[in-house]
Amino acid sequence: MADSIAARKGPVSRFLDSDLWFSFSHSPLTIVSAIVALALIGAAVLAPVIAPHDPFNLATLNLMDAFNPPAWVEGGNPDFLLGTDDQGRDMLSTIMYGARISLFVGFCSVIFAMVLGVTLGLVAGFVGGTTDAVLMRIADIKLTFPAILVALLVDGLVRAALPRELHDRIALWVVIFAIGISNWVQYARTVRGSTLVEKNKEYVMAARVIGLSSTRIMTSHVLPNVMGPVLVIATLNLGFAILAEATLSFLGVGVPPTQPSLGTLIRIGNDFLFSGEWWITVFPGITLALMVLSVNLLGDWLRDALNPRLR
Amino acid sequence: MRAALLAATAVVGVLAAAGAADARTVRWSASGDPNTMDPHSQNLGTVTMVLQQIYEPLIKRDKDLALEPGLATAWRQVEPNRWRFELRRGVKFHDGADFNADDVVFSITRALAPTSNYGIFVDTVEKAEKVDDNTVDIVTKIPDPILPNKIASVYMMDKEWSEKNNVTAPQNTRAREETHTVRNTNGTGPFRLSVREPDVRTVMLRNDAWWGWADTAKNTSNVTEIVYRPISSDATRIAALLSGEVDFVLDPPLQDLERLKRAPNISVLEGPEIRTIFFAMDVARDELLYSSVKGKNPFKELRVRQALYHAIDIEAIRTRVMRGQAIVTGTFFPEQVNGYVKEEDVRLPFNAERARQLLAEAGYPQGFEVTLDCPNNRYINDEAICQAVAAMWTRIGVKTNLNAMPLANFFPKIQRDDTSIYLLGWGVPTQDALYSFQSLLATRDGAQGNGIWNYGRYSNPRMDQLVTAMKNELDPEKRNAAIREALKIYREDVPHIPLHHQMVPWAVRSNIAMPHQANNQPQFRFVRVN
Repeated sequence: MADSIAARKGPVSRFLDSDLWFSFSHSPLTIVSAIVALALIGAAVLAPVIAPHDPFNLATLNLMDAFNPPAWVEGGNPDFLLGTDDQGRDMLSTIMYGARISLFVGFCSVIFAMVLGVTLGLVAGFVGGTTDAVLMRIADIKLTFPAILVALLVDGLVRAALPRELHDRIALWVVIFAIGISNWVQYARTVRGSTLVEKNKEYVMAARVIGLSSTRIMTSHVLPNVMGPVLVIATLNLGFAILAEATLSFLGVGVPPTQPSLGTLIRIGNDFLFSGEWWITVFPGITLALMVLSVNLLGDWLRDALNPRLR
Repeated sequence: MRAALLAATAVVGVLAAAGAADARTVRWSASGDPNTMDPHSQNLGTVTMVLQQIYEPLIKRDKDLALEPGLATAWRQVEPNRWRFELRRGVKFHDGADFNADDVVFSITRALAPTSNYGIFVDTVEKAEKVDDNTVDIVTKIPDPILPNKIASVYMMDKEWSEKNNVTAPQNTRAREETHTVRNTNGTGPFRLSVREPDVRTVMLRNDAWWGWADTAKNTSNVTEIVYRPISSDATRIAALLSGEVDFVLDPPLQDLERLKRAPNISVLEGPEIRTIFFAMDVARDELLYSSVKGKNPFKELRVRQALYHAIDIEAIRTRVMRGQAIVTGTFFPEQVNGYVKEEDVRLPFNAERARQLLAEAGYPQGFEVTLDCPNNRYINDEAICQAVAAMWTRIGVKTNLNAMPLANFFPKIQRDDTSIYLLGWGVPTQDALYSFQSLLATRDGAQGNGIWNYGRYSNPRMDQLVTAMKNELDPEKRNAAIREALKIYREDVPHIPLHHQMVPWAVRSNIAMPHQANNQPQFRFVRVN
């Protein structure tokens, strides 16, 4: 009977009845974070449509517009709400495009780390033995290096190995790889732990008995049951990945300056901080802080909401 | 035993403390690091500003850049093609070896070597001859009235030291060669190299044995140690100055000048530099290396060069990028240089419409794409200038991709002619127009100094004739006429797109007294720490 009621309800009302929604709708902080995150993501994704200017179209830049303060400050120009940078680019539009690159790098590197970590964790947990030992020792070694150091190392190696022109073209992917490779261990460890628990359960036994291949068991039976914690880690890691990209770009080794991310914008603006042109660095900085904070708060909430022990 | 050790430690401690009280260290910073310590390998301001504390030429330049005796006490033209130099006696290299005529002959020969980047200063020299231990003759191919001006840029090395360390030829930067001289020095100058960590720090200690300290009225320095640290980030460099971490910033960012002038313990020394910033382009290849145009070279077409020139809004660059710290020009050396003609110092006016029209007439109505090579730590706001100009060119249809890089990558790249268009700043140490024309515009025909910085390989037979006239002509009237005609060609044929002469403010802690120098090269023998 209960089954048939659930079946009659649509997926929306089922979601509205869930514990997850209950916990979400009763946490004002989480709602605010969600709104901020969605607004930032929306602004970033829709940048080409809604940005007031196209900061990458050199043909529309006018150097005489350089160093305009924000519109509400004396000397500001209403055409440029958040002011302009040293080349006359509109800060608001530049930030929207910058957030786009930051989020893109963040998402891609999280997905890369997740795929790599989950695969290795699953294999280590399921196969066990020497494979497990080798993979987990590699993970241990990896854990001894700070993530930013690994990212710098990868970026430096690629930079030295490839000619400059080629490197500039693939720089974005190098950064994604560098951040992803420095983050997979968490996933691998979590998934391995869960897999060790799952693989001795009856349904896995049953699957073995009917003769399914190990790959099949891992992907269609064990994997769905270990994904819960992975999603939590992924959300929390998104904030880290965005921050890591900003750090690399601030150090000047991240994305090329022709595609400025938030970190690049902060670095450029940093040069003008002493001379009173604060808006060039402060607004990208605020955007980055809001983005990372809201994503992290969402991740925290998700972790608590999915943790049966906290219910 | 133990007591003795303790006592010894105490004595050492006291000595160290006494040394510290007496130590007068100047911590100096600028954005770029010298890419070599070889005295004849890179004729670059960033290199010579450090090397000239360590190495000395036969003739030096004083605070006002006038010539004064250096390792030579006297010089005269004994025959039209022969200059005689009387060497200073009792001078020792930092390793203790004596300086003598053999070292001069060796150094001049080294500067003439194919891998030397200082050929321009010895272009007329046939050879150096030892007369006796303290006298050297420099034999020139043609009578050269301005030889002393050039010799003032050729550093003297020790022959034995160079032979021992296998550095008898200058380091070949184009082949990315690493030699002993890249990190080690052995000069005769007022300071000797103590620590050299590329891109980190370069420490020089006072050479108490330097001959010049005897003249206390002239060489008033009390500096015992110079620590040079490159800091590429503008904000970090200024933060270091404001917080007291460095004492002297050679290239304070222009946007911070107002703030620095208001700071209580910092002085800003202002003055123009004899250096002009311009764009030069590949006008030799039949097809550009980095362009969308295939099968022909648009820069060979005068109208394309004029179009790029007309597209530049120089007022915007002067006021926004340079914040007024630049003198706009239509030629390539400032009025302090002999040969300057006011009437030829005229720019093609900013006119984007005219620029588009010229492009269309030249057969590029849709424009084209090109990559601009630009240093990002050599000249004042170099990368910002390139960014701004890239936007201006893109607006008239020449889509400009900017390739900005540190000087350590930039110079080897353009020195291999591996560029289509690039930004360069040219200073004139000899203060004579010949230096600019010969290095930048003469055909690179293998003769000493001709076109050695002409990486666009501009070649114009009339220009070459005029350069030869500037070298050979002894009558100042006729020589100036040749310079004047060459300047006219420069204005009309647009081999470069000139921008401005740099102003070079220095920011220094108020307790340090130093003269500002128009070649942007501080001389620490004049610096006092109070």
